[in-house]
Amino acid sequence: MKDTSPPPAIITLDHVEKYYGEYHALRGITAEIRQGEFFSLLGPSGCGKTTLLRAIAGFEDISSGTIRLDGRDMEGVAPNKRPTNLVFQSYAIFPHLTVAQNVGFGLRKSGKSPEEKRRAVGEALEMVGLGQFGARAAHALSGGQRQRVALARALILKPRVLLLDEPLSALDKKMREVMQVELIKLQREVGITFILVTHDQEEALVMSDRIAVMFEGSIAQLDDPETLYRRPKSRRVAEFIGMMNFLPAEVTGEAGGHVSVDVAGLGRAELDLAQCPSGAQSGKGEVGVRPESLTVLYEGQHAEGGREAEGTVKEVVYYGDMTYYDVLLDGAPAPVRVSMRNMPGRRVLDIETRARLAWDPRAMTLFC
Amino acid sequence: MKARPLSIFAILYLFVLYAPILLLPIFAFNDGTVIAFPLQGFTTEWFGLLLETPALHEATRNSLVIAVSVAVLATCLGLFAARAATRYRFPAKGGILGFIMLPLVLPEVIVAISLLVVLMQLGLDSGLWSIVLGHTLLCMPFSIAILQGSFSNMDQSLEEAAIDLGETPWSTFRLVTLPLVSPGIIASLLICFTISLDEFIIAFFLSGNAPTLPVYLWGQLRFPARLPMIMALGTILVVLSVVLLVIAETFRRRGLRRAGVKDAGGFL
Repeated sequence: MKDTSPPPAIITLDHVEKYYGEYHALRGITAEIRQGEFFSLLGPSGCGKTTLLRAIAGFEDISSGTIRLDGRDMEGVAPNKRPTNLVFQSYAIFPHLTVAQNVGFGLRKSGKSPEEKRRAVGEALEMVGLGQFGARAAHALSGGQRQRVALARALILKPRVLLLDEPLSALDKKMREVMQVELIKLQREVGITFILVTHDQEEALVMSDRIAVMFEGSIAQLDDPETLYRRPKSRRVAEFIGMMNFLPAEVTGEAGGHVSVDVAGLGRAELDLAQCPSGAQSGKGEVGVRPESLTVLYEGQHAEGGREAEGTVKEVVYYGDMTYYDVLLDGAPAPVRVSMRNMPGRRVLDIETRARLAWDPRAMTLFC
Repeated sequence: MKARPLSIFAILYLFVLYAPILLLPIFAFNDGTVIAFPLQGFTTEWFGLLLETPALHEATRNSLVIAVSVAVLATCLGLFAARAATRYRFPAKGGILGFIMLPLVLPEVIVAISLLVVLMQLGLDSGLWSIVLGHTLLCMPFSIAILQGSFSNMDQSLEEAAIDLGETPWSTFRLVTLPLVSPGIIASLLICFTISLDEFIIAFFLSGNAPTLPVYLWGQLRFPARLPMIMALGTILVVLSVVLLVIAETFRRRGLRRAGVKDAGGFL
């Protein structure tokens, strides 16, 4: 179904290094950002994601390596000469101008007639749903409106790449969810490549075509959201994206592309080699299981192939649509978290009662 | 009722502070050459006399020329220094800023004497320009303090946003930075103007044969008969100073509102 040949690269990062004095902010960043994709740089604060974004925008000089945009080396090209536009974390709306003047700011040197400019500003405002707000003073806007003005102002120049620096972090939870969806729609509509910087893994998963997870100045994994979630390449990525349980495991053998492991609390499992990103040397390791890959078995229910484990419920967290259980499996050193969708007629388990869990070896990842 | 002793103290304090200044307009309109109660009657004669004294006009002109030059010069220099202080990191930044702020605490008479010594060593005649330099030195700390406030209230990414949208550093300064710090610039101009207009010690040392208004006033104190006229002039100066300060503060607050930040201090 999927088109196998990816679209051509619009930005090529080749061994990009950045030092602030002694501090090594970017360590050999090599990646390709494809034309028209929604790309996210995800990582904890201080991982270098904003530095990398600002380097692409031209606000930071890189110490070595190259940044190519449409094949052109960006070395020495000033930010005002790059075909990129940046949406700032603070939105940087000019407080002394009206909404329309803000949006039209970048058109000053475009050589368009005042009439054309007015039309372009009107269209841009219409696009972000602020058609009636042109004459409004910029400082009289709400957070969400500022965000839209910033988007319209950056998109009116039809940049090759739109850079977004934590654009949703200043909004409250509800507004953030609304804007996530709007940003995705907007990106599809205009077809411009978006690069988003965020520390919020959920935001990155929801919005991106591909995500680069960054730790300490380097990219730990670059994949589409599903691969990133299902097949994290390292324990660190697994911990950062979503929630994952880690159980001590021992590799007992490897044959014919399959790895046998003994998992504490669960028992013997046969894993595919693809589920072992760091290889499968025999010895001690850890198996990662997502909470939704474990299922509570109710009376009369049985797991396929007898893959069941028993334990004691240590904590119950009720979320309305979901319930989280922390279950201490017999033979496991620490409780595992299990998430269950609440359904009519299904009783929420009590604390300190016994529970049976079903597990699936296909949903496991082995970290050695 | 607990605060009563304190409010009495506050009223007393304000009275002691401002009573002498209140005497200025009272005697400026008093029909008598002796500055003493009881009052003799109402007159505007002394204000009329101000208009008929050419030496006073000369001194006023000198003062205005100096004050305007100082306001412009100190504010321009302050603009550069304040921008540098809030936007860039450079070696010995603290020391350099400390030196610029030093005249705030340095005894003025010392500054005046050293300026005079330098002028004489260089064999230059003192004149209006030397007072301008002296006053600029004096006004710089005020200008920088005001403008530093304006710059640090301004989101740095505003300038970056303008550059990102295709403007050059210079057009960014003109289109974004200047409009946003302009209330600070006006406040700085007005305050430097007021300081220079009132300044006596440096003007006294460096004025030579071109006295400024305060220096002229000082000279007139030798003639008791001129005292009511000085009172009249003093009245005008006080009113003018207060008006300028209020305008300066109004602009500073407007700037804060425009930048959308909370007021934290200020002069009034």
